[in-house]
Amino acid sequence: MTAATDAQPAAPGEQPAVALFVTCLVDLFRPEVGFATLRLLEDAGCRVYVPRAQTCCGQPGYNNGDYEGARAVARDVIRTFEQAEFVVVPSGSCAGMLIHHYPKLLEGAWRERARALAERTWELTAFLSDVLSDVLPVRRRVPAAQAQAAVAYHDGCAGLRELGIREQPRRLLAESGIAVRELEQPDVCCGFGGTFCAKMPAISAKMADDKLKDAVETGADTLVAGDLGCLIALAGRARREGVALSFRHVAELLDGELEAPPIGEETRG
Amino acid sequence: MEQHSAEFLANADEALAGRERAQLREAMGLFAPALHSAAANAYGDFDALREHLHAVRRHTLDHLDVYLDRYLEAATENGNSVHFAETPDEMNRTVEAICRQHGARRIIKGKSMVTEESALNDHLTGAGFAVRETDLGEYIIQEAGETPSHIVGPALHKTKDEIRELFLARHDLGERSLESAGEMVGEARQVLREEFLGGEVGIIGANALVAETGYSLLVTNEGNGDLCANLPPVLIVCTTLERLLPRMSDAADLLRLLARSATGQPVTCYTSFYSGPRRPGDADGPVETHIVLLDNRRTEILASDYSDMLQCIRCGACLNHCPIYVAAGGHAYGWVYPGPVGSVLTPLLTSLEESHLLPNACTACGRCAEVCPANIPLPDLLRDLRQEEREQALSPVGWRRGLAFHARLLRHPWLYHRLTGLAARMLALAARGRGVLSRVPFAAGFLSERDLPAPTGASFMARYRGPHGDER
Repeated sequence: MTAATDAQPAAPGEQPAVALFVTCLVDLFRPEVGFATLRLLEDAGCRVYVPRAQTCCGQPGYNNGDYEGARAVARDVIRTFEQAEFVVVPSGSCAGMLIHHYPKLLEGAWRERARALAERTWELTAFLSDVLSDVLPVRRRVPAAQAQAAVAYHDGCAGLRELGIREQPRRLLAESGIAVRELEQPDVCCGFGGTFCAKMPAISAKMADDKLKDAVETGADTLVAGDLGCLIALAGRARREGVALSFRHVAELLDGELEAPPIGEETRG
Repeated sequence: MEQHSAEFLANADEALAGRERAQLREAMGLFAPALHSAAANAYGDFDALREHLHAVRRHTLDHLDVYLDRYLEAATENGNSVHFAETPDEMNRTVEAICRQHGARRIIKGKSMVTEESALNDHLTGAGFAVRETDLGEYIIQEAGETPSHIVGPALHKTKDEIRELFLARHDLGERSLESAGEMVGEARQVLREEFLGGEVGIIGANALVAETGYSLLVTNEGNGDLCANLPPVLIVCTTLERLLPRMSDAADLLRLLARSATGQPVTCYTSFYSGPRRPGDADGPVETHIVLLDNRRTEILASDYSDMLQCIRCGACLNHCPIYVAAGGHAYGWVYPGPVGSVLTPLLTSLEESHLLPNACTACGRCAEVCPANIPLPDLLRDLRQEEREQALSPVGWRRGLAFHARLLRHPWLYHRLTGLAARMLALAARGRGVLSRVPFAAGFLSERDLPAPTGASFMARYRGPHGDER
């Protein structure tokens, strides 16, 4: 099951070896976030590889109470990634699943393996900011035009509360010349909640509307977040309601290539 | 109280449509967290206090038999009669019997969620007693024939205009038009003053029971609880087993947590310990006092994986911080306790079968657990209830099958990538450059209120060629 081509952990002094956990939403909806993450990590001096045996962290089942199914997925993820020196995830929600929920979900020897993996697993902005910043400079390639965009930041709940990620993305954006406008209620959920938004769409839409209103009132033209789930749900609501706001993953802005139009917007040309 | 939690979604839709009340909830959703964080920060190490009391209460729950015996002994020594009620109905009948013994007709009540649980007012009114709620919020909803929408502020859902109209309709006001909130409060105070003086039995709840002294603790901001407790000759305290604390100092710690978490106050306006009936030489106080301890499945919860829920101190912080409570309102939950605490308690105290939607009213955002003064892992308990929902096959069959298929597919990476690669390309094509889709199979729920941003093209795995060429 484990990809035979997976690189081995780097020896001390060598380049950090990073296994990229792409996440299912990035894989399916927005590969550009994955490639931006790859470039950010490589520019920071990491040797990055992408284990082919990965699929998803298992949150949809887990959050719907399928603990048995989630355990099986968790064991697969651990087998696939446990040899990595670092595992980096461009999502606070999926990183939180690996770091906090796998050790809770599993027992015995598997719990130990889950803990060992959790210790080496990082959400992208936390990794760039807390692990790499002292070691290697992150090369910036944000174009001047992008740096002038008015950007508001949405903190995904799992990143914020499970991983304590708040300052890291703001610091990285600031270092790239992008000043973040603060929402009035930055610690309130956007209403995505995985399958919640499909199970209780009216309540979810109301929560999204509140978040969109908050973002628009900052005067921002782009709402940035570290979780594609929040962004897809918010962008989908904004498009349905005609809210003039663009949405991008923080990795895209930090990388600066901006290969794709903002989330949910028309392809130009 | 009868449970209507199966209607959660319809109730929530109705609440979302009511503009004025929605605005009230939005305002509450802003100011209550601001008050809470200011109060918690001003205290200093609030987390240490939380952890301390959590440990004390865990210990108390683990040795509930010991502390219950101690409490019984001390409370009886103080002259109280202590009654046990296994079911809400048993509590109601116990209270009724005490009232009958004294030939009482007029009963005055302080705020008590436990008596909402048992629908005590309906029971007593049906038995011919006159029951008057004396907490301002409870008084308002009693006059309106409604139920509490919040466990601390029962009438938080009502606008000032609604309350004015209610008083205009219900009271003989003569020329008075009750322009200001102050005038409305004055009107209620006037009416309630007569009720206090005429009350023959007082019923109150308790925020804690102290084992070492046999005292019960009550906090209010209006002083109505003290009038209910001290003016009538007979006092009945209706409460539950898990309110027990070992020492007076533990009650002091509880007070520090409770007021700050509930209303952002360092301390409530009135904090009273009730020892028992009037002693020789006392200037006032009831002649006879009863404590009714309701179980209503709490001992079952104690023995279950949900025993952390018995640490709840009923402060309402999880309601104030829950965006779903703020959006849907308290009545949507369909029983006594709304919000995150209600979504756990309603299934446990009534039935999951009727209320299984409630544990789904959660995005796992974790804000409730972050502010819970009792350190209850609410999102975990809600997820555990969703597991029970799944095991009892209560969730829609389409959902269960879809998720089971997904879980199996995740374990077959090659097949998974073939299918997601295909889906990405097809959905990208179907979007025809518009960036979003409005019709996608199996996505009706998501698409009812939103468009679906389309994949940008081939999937990551289809595009990715490893550092050494294609690793496939």
